[in-house]
Amino acid sequence: MQAIYQSPLFLPLVMTVVIIGVFPLLAGYIVLVERKVLADFQVRLGPMRVGPHGLLQPIADALKLLLKEDIIPTNADKFIFWMAPVISTFTALTAFAVLPFTEQLRVADVNVGLLVVSAMSSVGILGIILGGWASNSHYPLLGGLRSAAQLVSYEVALGLALVSGVMSAGTLSMVGIVKTQLARGVWGAFDNFGFMLVPFVIYIIAATAETNRAPFDLPEAESELVAGFHTEYSGFRWALYFLAEYANIFVVSSVAVTLFLGGWLRPFPSVKWLEIPLNYGVPVLLFAGSGVASFPLAKRLKSHIHRVGLIGMAMLLVLLGLLLLVPAVNAAVAGFFWFFVKVSSLVYLMIWFRGTFPRFRYDQLMNIGWKWLIPIGMGCILVNALLGLAGA
Amino acid sequence: MDVILFLLFAAIAVACGVNLVVQKHPIASALSLVGVMGSLAVLYLLLGAEFIAAAQVIVYAGAIMVLFLFVIMLLNAGGEPKTPGKSRMAGLLGIPLMAVLLGLLSYLVQRALPKPAGVTFGAFTGGKPYDVGKAIFTEYMLPFEITSVLILIAILGAIVLARKEID
Repeated sequence: MQAIYQSPLFLPLVMTVVIIGVFPLLAGYIVLVERKVLADFQVRLGPMRVGPHGLLQPIADALKLLLKEDIIPTNADKFIFWMAPVISTFTALTAFAVLPFTEQLRVADVNVGLLVVSAMSSVGILGIILGGWASNSHYPLLGGLRSAAQLVSYEVALGLALVSGVMSAGTLSMVGIVKTQLARGVWGAFDNFGFMLVPFVIYIIAATAETNRAPFDLPEAESELVAGFHTEYSGFRWALYFLAEYANIFVVSSVAVTLFLGGWLRPFPSVKWLEIPLNYGVPVLLFAGSGVASFPLAKRLKSHIHRVGLIGMAMLLVLLGLLLLVPAVNAAVAGFFWFFVKVSSLVYLMIWFRGTFPRFRYDQLMNIGWKWLIPIGMGCILVNALLGLAGA
Repeated sequence: MDVILFLLFAAIAVACGVNLVVQKHPIASALSLVGVMGSLAVLYLLLGAEFIAAAQVIVYAGAIMVLFLFVIMLLNAGGEPKTPGKSRMAGLLGIPLMAVLLGLLSYLVQRALPKPAGVTFGAFTGGKPYDVGKAIFTEYMLPFEITSVLILIAILGAIVLARKEID
């Protein structure tokens, strides 16, 4: 037993299994959060029927997708039709291999980590165009072509923003990037006298476009293209596309967090006396606080089962919060906590975009990409290089 | 382990390469090319050239193949029509003659070149981004810059050719 546990392959393999097993569930709940948040923006309730406040909706949806009839259009290219969603999902999940959740909790730390992520995202485009083409139908083909043009254009801007970030980090290894930020005592986004904020903003805009999210969701614009490249897909294949999309959202957010927001580091990583209030205070307040706050809410519930359920949940949250006060547990979990708080904030930001901005027209999309983001990105590289030299 | 992976991906690369030529439909050929590029990237990785492997996937398997597919779809190129009147002689003699030609070529190349030291997996450690960057911007500065000028000229040429068509 000891030998297996100590093998260098043990942790990576366990992490791989956990990611593949847990992420689909997480993606389902990101969708639920998205639906609830959008509903809140539009003064609706969102899904309410399945489970208390629709909490079991993702599981019901997953079951529905698995049990649906599997339809392949008659004139579709069967092999490529089968292959395309697999390519998308495979590349999206492969990118997880280099994400550092904490310094130890990761699958691999390779010295070209960031390049692996961008390689996977550039191959992932193939899944979308092939799916659009193989359906042998007009709307998917148009959607696929649009998405190819969009993704290729915004990949350039994304790459330029990443170059600025890598220049100030001085390494391509994801763990190394975070360690440099710890050594410099500042998050990447505020480095170079705060000028790194510009590439950070470019990265967020380009990443939203890379993941086909509103306001850049032209490849799947419902009002003109039905559902874009996945119009002909249904059931499990469609679920794979869906999984790939949310995996991509998670990956681009994690890359942004690693490169610009200090990865697993707490805010103000170089200020020693903030360690106790931030590493203990914030998570404990978040968990125990939300647990305590749910007690008065439970009283207002009419159904007995709901009331007992909410009280149980609240107790669990308080218990979790108190568990975080144990120094050993806290030391193990704090990095993971900060990483997830940051990634969730970015995912929330992307949902917020979707609820706020109207969709761009195609020429506007190209203008923004080529005439604004790319020149600004190039300028950023120059300015950050000069500032980096001045700072060194 | 390294040898098994090498044989596996070398076999995949060759199989995809043969498939690329044999396939009638351009999209299927393009997909096989992706397979070739991907397995080549793995071979680079096995030899210790991490940066080249990543660049191979980003540039060739990703960007260039997307452009290929884009063009194929825009032109809506269908399957190639069968050309009648194939000579039987070509079919019978083609493969043996090709084998002879390749055998001769490899024999001559092996004789002409000095005997290389055997390749060992994992022995090469100069494939990190730092080493590649340093080599490009110090030792091979001139060829690198000349190549980029060449590419710039090619882009300008493409634009000039495309403009004529539009007017």
